[in-house]
Amino acid sequence: MSDRRRQRRIGGRLPLVLLLPALLGLAFLLVPLIGLLAQAPWSTLPSRLFSEEVGQALRLSLVCASSATVICLLLGVPLAWLLARAEVPGRGLIRALVTVPLVLPPVVGGVALLLVLGRRGLIGQHLDTWFGISLPFTTAGVIVAEAFVAMPFLVISVEGALRAADPRYEEAAATLGAGRWLTFRRVTLPSIAPGIVAGAVLCWARALGEFGATITFAGNLPGRTTTMPLAVYLALETDPDVAVVLSVVLLAVSVVVLACLRERWISGLR
Amino acid sequence: MTLYADLKVTRGSFELDLELTVEPGEVVALLGPNGAGKTTALRAIAGLLPVTAGQIRLDDEVWDEPPRVFRSADRRPIGVVFQDYLLFNHLSAVENVAFGLRARGMEKRVARAEAAQWLDTVGLTDQARSRPRALSGGQAQRVALVRALATQPSLLLLDEPLAALDASTKLHVRAELGQHLSRYDGRTLLVTHDPLDAMVLADRLVIVENGRVVQEGGPTEIARRPRTEYVAQLVGLNLYRGVAEGTTVVLDGGGSLTIATPSSGPVYVAFPPAAVSLYPERPTGTPRNTWPMVVSGIEQHAHTVRVRLTPDPSATQDRAAPAVLLADITTAAVADLHLTPGQRLHATLKATETQTYPT
Amino acid sequence: MFRRTVLIALAAVAAPTLVSCGSDTPAASPSSPSSSSASAISGTVTVFAAASLTGTFTQLGKDFEAAHPGVKVVLNFAGSSALAQQINQGAPVDVFASAAPKNMDQVTDKGTPVVFVKNKLEIAVPKGNPAKITGLTDFADKDRKIALCAEQVPCGAAAKKVFEMAKITPQPDSLEQDVKAALTKVGLGEVDAALVYKTDVVSAKDKVDGIEFPEADSAINDYPIATLTNAKNPDGGKAFVDFVLSDRGKTVLTEAGFAAP
Repeated sequence: MSDRRRQRRIGGRLPLVLLLPALLGLAFLLVPLIGLLAQAPWSTLPSRLFSEEVGQALRLSLVCASSATVICLLLGVPLAWLLARAEVPGRGLIRALVTVPLVLPPVVGGVALLLVLGRRGLIGQHLDTWFGISLPFTTAGVIVAEAFVAMPFLVISVEGALRAADPRYEEAAATLGAGRWLTFRRVTLPSIAPGIVAGAVLCWARALGEFGATITFAGNLPGRTTTMPLAVYLALETDPDVAVVLSVVLLAVSVVVLACLRERWISGLR
Repeated sequence: MTLYADLKVTRGSFELDLELTVEPGEVVALLGPNGAGKTTALRAIAGLLPVTAGQIRLDDEVWDEPPRVFRSADRRPIGVVFQDYLLFNHLSAVENVAFGLRARGMEKRVARAEAAQWLDTVGLTDQARSRPRALSGGQAQRVALVRALATQPSLLLLDEPLAALDASTKLHVRAELGQHLSRYDGRTLLVTHDPLDAMVLADRLVIVENGRVVQEGGPTEIARRPRTEYVAQLVGLNLYRGVAEGTTVVLDGGGSLTIATPSSGPVYVAFPPAAVSLYPERPTGTPRNTWPMVVSGIEQHAHTVRVRLTPDPSATQDRAAPAVLLADITTAAVADLHLTPGQRLHATLKATETQTYPT
Repeated sequence: MFRRTVLIALAAVAAPTLVSCGSDTPAASPSSPSSSSASAISGTVTVFAAASLTGTFTQLGKDFEAAHPGVKVVLNFAGSSALAQQINQGAPVDVFASAAPKNMDQVTDKGTPVVFVKNKLEIAVPKGNPAKITGLTDFADKDRKIALCAEQVPCGAAAKKVFEMAKITPQPDSLEQDVKAALTKVGLGEVDAALVYKTDVVSAKDKVDGIEFPEADSAINDYPIATLTNAKNPDGGKAFVDFVLSDRGKTVLTEAGFAAP
């Protein structure tokens, strides 16, 4: 009797070697958050919250992060497919290059974007003279900067999903008469949907918090290019309380959005 | 309209080189051990793998002929049942079956109706809306079969269609598959390593070893007159190759034996293990084939015991024994003889039990 | 061509230090220290200085080490407000040089601050002034690309004062987070003009031209320097402040575009 009870307890117990660092890791991630919440000036929070600038910055952040995610999906999923499936020479090198925006300090990424898409940039000068399009200092510029920084998260996640997916299902589709495009749409995409969702969520979160590349490439003008992280940074210069409030708002909104998305998508997939 | 395939595929050190034909209504089984190149052959015919040299064509419609012609899988009129079925997990059974019809441009509602009819023919109407994960092995196999047949292909390819099933369902599903195949008027190529599947389902067997055809013929022919060790093992016969002179055959692998009908030149001699009798003492009487042997292995089968024998090195022999001899005896006989490995005894074989045929 | 642009741009953003100290020759003359005796100080002197002092203070640190063998100067450059906060949080500092009196005031435990240089605004335009900028009035032109510092940072506050004085409503395309960011955009030609400090124009003189304007005098920026009372090396700190105020210090600072107080 006592033997059985002891056995059961041993079976259900997590190994301490894993549990301890796991809890430490959780604390490491959560404590700064708690610090932020503890510091927040709760009494004046509502009045600061409903100001014009905060609403504007928040709206801009959400619009830009979502648009950037859409761009990343449209370009990133095919790129991931290319990396995972196609026989391209120098694929290893391409894969390494794809992760460059992850390693690059975002400010440098912003400068690089200016050098290419800026008014005097390699491509930008033609955009300017031929079409009158100038990306820097525009909302579109914010989206471009965010997409540049966030895309690797999507590509890596989707490529992983593609590698894990069994290519023989694609062969089965081919023997049923499906061409490559139909196979991709009806067989490959559904099978990697969880990976795409995970990648899109990461991508969106990264875009939402993006600061360096955005302020360098798109500048900072309220209502046009001032997203929440930019507002937070500038508020930090003069009024740290406001910075904390803005951070808490950004945090709350992103947590709510991610939780809802997750609920939706995961339940939709089952 | 005959499927004609002259397959030459080189992959690393492995070389596949075999010729195949499948007539309309015919079921051909490609039978061979693992790694013989059966699946490679199937993939080449399906268009999932280009041949290195040779040609695949359906009558005069060329599917693959390097370096000029290669039709990809989606442009060949084929249906494939894969070993683990590869049903699309995100689609229901009926959507799986409708997939090929939709891919060929059929309107969604029509395709679904037709797919439902196909499921009906294999008794799966109730499972039409089930996801593949919810199906049993036998049900999944039937969905895979009708998914492949729904597009009414000219060629049906089956890759080990019964291998994923457990023994109890296999028997039933095999019989059912046989019925469906007999109703199908296209060409069927069945790839399997299971001789029973091949014997029951196929009209003709093509035995492949190391990428090459070693024997070809109807099931009865193959079962009675194997030509390689592998086939003999598959059909459960003792098989020897030797040179005949009159009623005596000197075996290539050592030893000799006496046959019933005189013959001459290089021959195969085959006989079932049940034709071998074992005695503790040297028997007196007619059998011309009597050898002192040693038990080197004992294996329990369903109702018999298979005894593996090698020549007794200590005995003085009037007649050299074959290098390996299999004998099937009853469990009761095992007890009577007190059989243990290493035991010495005498084996006899009646000459009338042997089959002799030229190589 | 493209690659060179990249290198210059990266250098301008990431390492203004490299650009500004390349031209100076390290002065090895040990004769410069004036009042305090060279032998009395030792150890490490920790200096927190405003980001706009990066080039000059790096040079002064080297000169100081040359004048006082065995002494090591550790420099930390960042925005003045961030430095003030770090000092109040207990960072071990001997000397604080701020870009604005306001940030100096935020620091509690310090000696008497002394203004050691002044800096004033200047219009920065890309080399050759392609948009033909002539003065502050051009900043009100919607069709011109204009970068200003955000009001929250010192150069933005100074710019605001200048525009108020000139009764001009600027039409900026971007409010940059610091003066170097504004300068980078001028250097790359992304904007037609920006308001930056004279020292910034000098530090990037290969890439930008400066245009002085009279209203700049209304927003002159004082740079105070002070020792900290809880310093670990008070003697070293005092010696460094004296060195900055010496003739040698003045030379280095004025070469970089600072004005004497």
